[in-house]
Amino acid sequence: MEEINALMQGFGVALSPFNLLLMFIGVVLGIIIGVLPGLGGANGVAILLPLTFSMSQQPGGTTSAIILLSCIYWGALFGGAITSILFNIPGEPWSVATTFDGFPLAQKGRAGSALTAAFTSSFFGAFVAVVMITFLSPVVAKFALEFGPPEFFAVYLLTFCAFVGMSTGNAFKTISSMMIGFALAAVGLDSVTGTLRLTFGFTVLLKGFDFLIAVIGLFGIGEILETLEEGLAFKGAQAKINAKVVLETWKELPRYWATSLRSAAVGCFMGIVPGGATPASFMSYGLAQRLSKDGAKFGTGIVEGVVAPETAAHAAGTSALLPMITLGVPGSPTAAVLLGGLLIWGLQPGPLLFIEKPDFVWGLIASMYLGNIAGLIVVLTCVPLFAAILRIPFSIIAPVIIVICAIGAYTVHNSMFDVYLMLIFGVIGYAFKKLGYPLAPMVLALVLGDRAEENFRNAIKGSQGDMMVFFSNGLVGGLTALALFLLFWPLIRALWGGLRGKRAA
Amino acid sequence: MENGTDRSAASNRAVEIGLAAVILTFGLVVMADSYRVGARWGEDGPLPGYFPFYIGLLICISSGMVLFRAIRNRALAEESFVSRGELKKILVVLVPSIVYVAVIAYLGFYVSSILFIAYFMRSLGKYSWLMVVSVPVGVIVAFFLTFEIWFSVPLPKGPLEAALGLG
Repeated sequence: MEEINALMQGFGVALSPFNLLLMFIGVVLGIIIGVLPGLGGANGVAILLPLTFSMSQQPGGTTSAIILLSCIYWGALFGGAITSILFNIPGEPWSVATTFDGFPLAQKGRAGSALTAAFTSSFFGAFVAVVMITFLSPVVAKFALEFGPPEFFAVYLLTFCAFVGMSTGNAFKTISSMMIGFALAAVGLDSVTGTLRLTFGFTVLLKGFDFLIAVIGLFGIGEILETLEEGLAFKGAQAKINAKVVLETWKELPRYWATSLRSAAVGCFMGIVPGGATPASFMSYGLAQRLSKDGAKFGTGIVEGVVAPETAAHAAGTSALLPMITLGVPGSPTAAVLLGGLLIWGLQPGPLLFIEKPDFVWGLIASMYLGNIAGLIVVLTCVPLFAAILRIPFSIIAPVIIVICAIGAYTVHNSMFDVYLMLIFGVIGYAFKKLGYPLAPMVLALVLGDRAEENFRNAIKGSQGDMMVFFSNGLVGGLTALALFLLFWPLIRALWGGLRGKRAA
Repeated sequence: MENGTDRSAASNRAVEIGLAAVILTFGLVVMADSYRVGARWGEDGPLPGYFPFYIGLLICISSGMVLFRAIRNRALAEESFVSRGELKKILVVLVPSIVYVAVIAYLGFYVSSILFIAYFMRSLGKYSWLMVVSVPVGVIVAFFLTFEIWFSVPLPKGPLEAALGLG
């Protein structure tokens, strides 16, 4: 019951009029960001992060700042569903599965039902995940208090190996992208010895690469370039949503309770694993298709096909914050940007946060409940408005988004060099995306690089260079072994598949 | 390839090989510089190049594998990375963006942004001059109010703002 008390105090923090206002602003901005091409959760939050610098200086300001940014995240998650259903354009990778049934429904003239189902099940998924965060995160944080450098490095290792094991693409490309992130994180002054690394005499490189610039360039500019070649016009279904449609859909939804619960469970579980939201949405769609009695109708436009991926994606997107606040390991690029925000505001993410800043942590958790309610209300009432944004001609919206990205990149450090870097990252992001290099591992490596290295150094310093320190007790050994298993999982799967293939032949 | 008139500007294989080679070079640079600052075990712990050295090594191994596979995979040469039409569309946006970013240092953020949006609306959107002037100015005034006034985040300014006494 300790958690309930703490949560109630959190509600006390989150329910101040100023924080409630920020919640609505955040959700609205987030939905706009989720709807616009070239702006997604990660870079939207990255662009708006500098705006919170002055806010975070005031007493209680860091809580307001995280409420604003996390609500942008919830809004972006909701916004992704709008473009998937009405325009058949998934705003985020985890919205891809929503288009399978969402867009056919919209074509049948049932866009309103599809949207209502998507928003409601998103809300349900997020709600389940927040409940899980409420009760599980204090436990995880307490457990992690015992962690030393070897354990923390093993957790980082697990995070990064999970990317390799979970990705369906080329494992070498995942590793390349990740290691480039680590290398870029190492650029600049080495915090332990004061040595300059990888700067080659350029003073602009002294500070190193800021991951916010990378996020804005890779996801923002890169995505605009990608959108460009697909053509400039968006043609979408009309968004008509009214109280009658909403109520009718709500009457239909309880029928899919099994799918909802299963998808929420899949989402919560996969969300804790990095990069989990996208596989979670596909997995729960696949499971629903196999287990539902309407399985054959999936893909033709049925409500259950929208419920499954949306519940899972939102549950995963929300539970990605669990490892972020308890261990300091973000589960998604957007969680990574939020983590970067904590560092910039002078907070140390990790288990100590629960002890040192309970107001902050529980204010954030309470705002997750309220932010998702705010999100549901805003999307249900204002869908046509948000859909209209996509009808703004590309020749206006594209330059405006580039200007916004440039402002975002500049304001991080008030440096023009960062704006040039952003464009370079944009071109890299475009090439990487087209060749199937995943971008999320690079961003996570950029954020975590210094901390991973620090823990690695301290760990092997303690053991005088003996790598067996990562197997020195059951906990760290188990984490390391699991990490290695995930790392070699693509290989194991390929070998296993090869063996079975031979036996069959 | 989608159709005959829109020929491929670069094959997937060429770009794949090129990018992997660039990444491989980057990995070698990381290894070389880490070796320079010390990739060994020092007196009381690992030297600063210890961790990045292995990062560089992993970059080399993984990009080497990508490179090796791309060279062996001839089928990739048939796939188009980008067609000429697509490349043109991208350059139409990318080149003005580069010019825009370069000009900010001289004209300031607000003036260059107005010119940038106006250029797009006129050249791609073919809007009337009234629209081409009013929309960008409106958008940028809104940004000015948001950033400079509301959030007090100053953006670089140029001669115009100085003349107006806003700098």
